[in-house]
Amino acid sequence: MASSRRDFLRSSTALALGAGIAGRASAQGLSVPHWPSASAVPSAVDPHAKELALRALDAARSAGAQYADVRITAGRTQNIFTRERRVAGINDRETFGFGVRTLVDGAWGFAASSDVTAEEVTRVARQAVEQARANRAAQLRPVTLAPTEPVPNGVWRAPARIDPFDVDLQDKAELLLAANEAALGVKGARFVNSSMFFLRDEKTYANTEGSVITQTIYRAQPSMTVTAVSSDMADFQSRQSTDIQPMGRGYEHVLDAKLVETAPRWADEAVQKLSAKSVDVGRYDLVLHPTHLWLTIHEAIAHPTELDRAYGYEANYAGTSFVSPPEEMLGKFRYGPEFMNVQGDRSQEGSLAACGWDDDGVKPDTFLIIKNGVVNDYQTTREQALWLDWWYKQQNRPVRSHGCSYAQSWADVQFQRMPNVSLLPGEQDIGWDDIIAATDRGIAIIGDGSFSIDQQRYNAQFGGQLFYEIKGGKIVGMLKDVAYQIRTPEFWNAMDMLGGEKSYELGGAFGDGKGQPAQSNSVSHGCVPTRHRQINIINTGRTA
Amino acid sequence: MSAPRSLSVPARYLSREEARAVADRVLGFATADETRVNISSGGRGNTRFAVNQISTAGDNYDATVSIRSVIGKRSGTVTTNKLDEESLRRAVRTAEQLARLAPEDPEAMPELGAQRYEADNAWSDSTATLSPTARAAAVQSIAAPSRTAELISTGYLEHQAGSDTVANSRGLFAYGRNTGAVLTTTIRTPDGTGSGWAGGVANDWSRIDAAALGARALEKAKRSQNPVAIEPGRYTVVLEPTAVGNLVQLLSRAFSARSADEGRSFFSKAGGGTKIGERVLDPRVTLVSDPHDERAPTNTFTGDGMPVTRTTWVENGVVKTLAYDRYWAEQKNVEPTQAGGSFIMSGGDASLEELIASTERGILVTRFWYIRPVDPRTILYTGLTRDGTFLIENGKVTRAVKNLRFNESPVFMLNNLEGLGRPERVSASESGGVGQGVVVPPIKVRDFNFTSLSDAI
Repeated sequence: MASSRRDFLRSSTALALGAGIAGRASAQGLSVPHWPSASAVPSAVDPHAKELALRALDAARSAGAQYADVRITAGRTQNIFTRERRVAGINDRETFGFGVRTLVDGAWGFAASSDVTAEEVTRVARQAVEQARANRAAQLRPVTLAPTEPVPNGVWRAPARIDPFDVDLQDKAELLLAANEAALGVKGARFVNSSMFFLRDEKTYANTEGSVITQTIYRAQPSMTVTAVSSDMADFQSRQSTDIQPMGRGYEHVLDAKLVETAPRWADEAVQKLSAKSVDVGRYDLVLHPTHLWLTIHEAIAHPTELDRAYGYEANYAGTSFVSPPEEMLGKFRYGPEFMNVQGDRSQEGSLAACGWDDDGVKPDTFLIIKNGVVNDYQTTREQALWLDWWYKQQNRPVRSHGCSYAQSWADVQFQRMPNVSLLPGEQDIGWDDIIAATDRGIAIIGDGSFSIDQQRYNAQFGGQLFYEIKGGKIVGMLKDVAYQIRTPEFWNAMDMLGGEKSYELGGAFGDGKGQPAQSNSVSHGCVPTRHRQINIINTGRTA
Repeated sequence: MSAPRSLSVPARYLSREEARAVADRVLGFATADETRVNISSGGRGNTRFAVNQISTAGDNYDATVSIRSVIGKRSGTVTTNKLDEESLRRAVRTAEQLARLAPEDPEAMPELGAQRYEADNAWSDSTATLSPTARAAAVQSIAAPSRTAELISTGYLEHQAGSDTVANSRGLFAYGRNTGAVLTTTIRTPDGTGSGWAGGVANDWSRIDAAALGARALEKAKRSQNPVAIEPGRYTVVLEPTAVGNLVQLLSRAFSARSADEGRSFFSKAGGGTKIGERVLDPRVTLVSDPHDERAPTNTFTGDGMPVTRTTWVENGVVKTLAYDRYWAEQKNVEPTQAGGSFIMSGGDASLEELIASTERGILVTRFWYIRPVDPRTILYTGLTRDGTFLIENGKVTRAVKNLRFNESPVFMLNNLEGLGRPERVSASESGGVGQGVVVPPIKVRDFNFTSLSDAI
């Protein structure tokens, strides 16, 4: 599931302001100061961190672990949020801590602490071993790990040109307020909220197989919501800045977003929505923009092809999957048309899931989840890759993890999370305008909006930001109150047009939720515009 | 061989004296006009299970200090989890630098002076001292019967214990300890045609009966096998308390008085102003937050140090107040109120069985899932039923039906009430976390709007 960026920002704000118990345990909500000088930054990549990591591994081994790994992470986030002509909050957050994972007789243990000292890493490592022993109770299937190459000295850094934590706060606040002013200059635009969110994680990973890896991850997202209210106060409509997607980049992503220049258009579109025609229910051909379609891919392709879901491991929260059992799906189940290919990777430049190695210490590979419309693979970790050894052997492919292990923070245990999952472009050199021109009666949707899908990923409902009626190959007006309801396999098999390489864009989310305790993953989804024939449209407008 | 001494420290947290010492240290470093310190500390443990065995578990400890510095009408907030003297000194310096750089906030409110707080009762030793071994035993009390019955159990047990502190440079000091425990389980049939859920949440772990929850989910899994399709449309529904909690808690997110005054809320009045004083729900519905309710006790202060007392949001269907932050309260010349804490709905005398027995034809819902906003003008949400959806015919549960998607608002739902049962605390968060304390009754509602069928089990 994905909680939207708005939800994410809202919840991190709530955590910053609240003192409730719900916020305490989520290290994602914990936070990080803006240290005045770089030299004062507590770093997870310094030699001291490596020494502590090795100490933890020694302690775990001595206590009886057959395998152990440790992550020491120094995380920083900054959140600036505004409304109209005021900065409503500035939060700088730092979190520093470590987590030790142990494997004892095929049972996992995990313990973590924010006291990053020699005594505490030893105690926590032993605690993780003791817990693993307790977890052996009535064990049925011991955990085994697929082989991977040790990485004795791995270093990776996200492609951030400008570290957001080096940029003056004044510049950031002024940029947001200037964008707000530009939006409020549009007649009818009554309210505007804007924000910037930045993250930097410095992570040292080590395991008992000889890997020691340091990585620096950056994430950035500027965003804006403009609300228009009708003069009689009987209606209000909002436009969110979904053409600006979160990225694994630095402050340059904010500058490239051109907030001040674009804000008047978002404001104008919010105002237009007030007088848009309420949609007539029925079946329409849908033309979906990449700024919208990424979320449908996230929910209706990326989640159901997580291998732990397919085997029932997430049944209590995120759910299972209709792409199950794998034995009946791999090489057999037709997900969509012949020209549909979906790729998993953690290497696209600036993407949110990009990394050098995953939290198992595995170098991720690029793999086809759907090949020529048929299920070809699942997302895996070291623990899971062996579950599909029969398939990989049949295909003459190595039995290896795809590198999908991830934990949101030092305080949480790593498990299978989705990589970037992207719909690959078609062979024809066509784009958004060409698909609209080829459509006789349809609805074009831009930007992601409301979203909901069942626990096996069959039945989904999606809204959007902007809806346009298409007649005779032309956009003839704006619509509102639009949502489409789908059954996943029918929806993808109803896809009959696919944009070419030039129309490819990366969307994504910070708030991909899964696991218990719920952990947040950040992931990008690349895609092109598509057309889907005869999709069911409902009208969501009601009167109170 | 004797068992080794436990290395777990589940009840680790800052005591009142330790928290006061950290707060005093921070305030001692401060040079800003005003400074506020929020401290949160504690441990959290969890055990997950899947396919009838423990899959992963975790225990962690953390303590964070959040420092808000105010200079004139400018402010900045820094949060760190490094509590040594040098780190705290640096964090204060950084917060003050941020405050100097921040633009003036025309809505800035002064920090509160010293306040009086009511005593709290949110702590339980049984939750704070729960060990990984005891957690494993609780899991076994569900997984073993499930395995014997040739079913597949999955689930999650979490407990947390800690303290929260607010202090400021004007002499305010608030401290509270609290605990929470939650256990949820989903049991499925091996053929994938049946799924049943049960869950319980409490401040006090000893109130949660793991084996009983397991038995309930197991029974539902068996009864939910091979569901039949029914036509989507408007149905009379009997909602179990968890399903009611899933939807009723959404109302509290729409309580912002300011949004109502600004014309962008369900609680906006046509032509301007808010719906305070108007009847918007069935007269049997009263909604309150109460830090002392023994089913869901909470801290008795907010993050900015305001005392939390019992607040009535809706009384007999009439909106009594909305959530006013201190700035908006001053603008509107009312007392500030804050949504959050617990959320409690009034009930009636009926049992769930009686609500079912009085239903000629309807649908019984265990819980809802993937609930997301569709239209804020009517607090309209969409989502789906899950893990136990049954047809009621002539007062009896007759068979399992396929899951259904709804597009519905808690406002419409609470105007279409046919009956109410006795309120209880429910695990209303979709993720199975401890979440907000939600206490609600089972209810019977007419004309609930299901818009499509789902094949998901």
